[in-house]
Amino acid sequence: MNKKMLFLSVIIVLIFAFLTALAVFKGEETTAQAISPENQHALERKNAPIKGYKKAKVTIVEFFDPACGTCSQFYPLLNDLVKKYPGKVRVMMRYAPLHEGSGDVVKMLEAAHIQGQFWPAVELLFGNQNRWVEHHVSNPQHALAGLKTLELDHAKLEVDYQSAKVAKIIEQDIKDGQTLQIRATPEFFVNGKPLINFGYEQLVELVDEAVTEAYK
Amino acid sequence: MKSSTPSEPISKSWYLLFFAWVLATSGTLISLFFSEVVKLPVCVLCWYQRIAMYPLVLILPLALFPFDPKVVRYAGALVIFGWLTALFHVLLIAGFIPQNAQPCVAGIPCSETHLNIFGFLNMAMMSLLTFTAIGSLLLLSYFQSSRNHHE
Repeated sequence: MNKKMLFLSVIIVLIFAFLTALAVFKGEETTAQAISPENQHALERKNAPIKGYKKAKVTIVEFFDPACGTCSQFYPLLNDLVKKYPGKVRVMMRYAPLHEGSGDVVKMLEAAHIQGQFWPAVELLFGNQNRWVEHHVSNPQHALAGLKTLELDHAKLEVDYQSAKVAKIIEQDIKDGQTLQIRATPEFFVNGKPLINFGYEQLVELVDEAVTEAYK
Repeated sequence: MKSSTPSEPISKSWYLLFFAWVLATSGTLISLFFSEVVKLPVCVLCWYQRIAMYPLVLILPLALFPFDPKVVRYAGALVIFGWLTALFHVLLIAGFIPQNAQPCVAGIPCSETHLNIFGFLNMAMMSLLTFTAIGSLLLLSYFQSSRNHHE
């Protein structure tokens, strides 16, 4: 075979292979959208922090790490979504401490949650990430120092965050995250549907769809 | 094949270079497939390896028509850079390089792997193998053609 012909035919074969893979993947993606029924149980946890009306029919589940920059950027956007659909949308936060050192920080958040102060605590940590996250590594002591500025029972917080009860809750979230194959934060699910194409617009779209479906 | 009879080694050398190009192009398409279609996040180290891999898709054909064995000098620089970055990436994932030495952007730690075939073949490993293969083919092609010149 002529060398130029060989070169051109290989180009055609490679392009064809790429397009075939693209078509096959697009076909599979649409079927693999929802979480499989046996993994549904991993999505929500009783007593996980919730924002919005408790009985709202649309639930956004966010797996987050307080040290994650994107999570902090999404935080005000999620608040907007809850406000946009009053009584219809709620946000449930699940811990996914993927950053080094975040394990202890999410325990502090859960300890604040015991005192009903999860949201002020998470807001404070998101807002001051530069003070307690360095090069993507969390410094739990700096995070704790930040939390000290909140009106909390601090003695109780220190005991609680190191307690077995809190450790068990965090363990549950990590285990559920593994079941749902959470590999990066934030990861969103809206009424069980994962946000496949990551982005704020896409999340709003997913929530819009879920609200229309739940309240028709 | 009519022109190949008097210069068989040049032809062999040409095919080695051609396979290096096939590898680079396949690697490029596969990496684009995973980032643009499957939407796997691309970490900083992956970008450095892409910088070394993608130009080969264009540079190598220029050396195929007409055949220019000197391309090894130009393409080789890219391959060495890509190979070293891939090696660093593999060691990072394997845990030989400490976490804090790890570049990271927008919550995508490079030590995280998204793809695992046969338990060891993640993206970084595939990249390392590809750069190794391309580098070997380039060298073989170069030696093949220089041997032909000396004889």
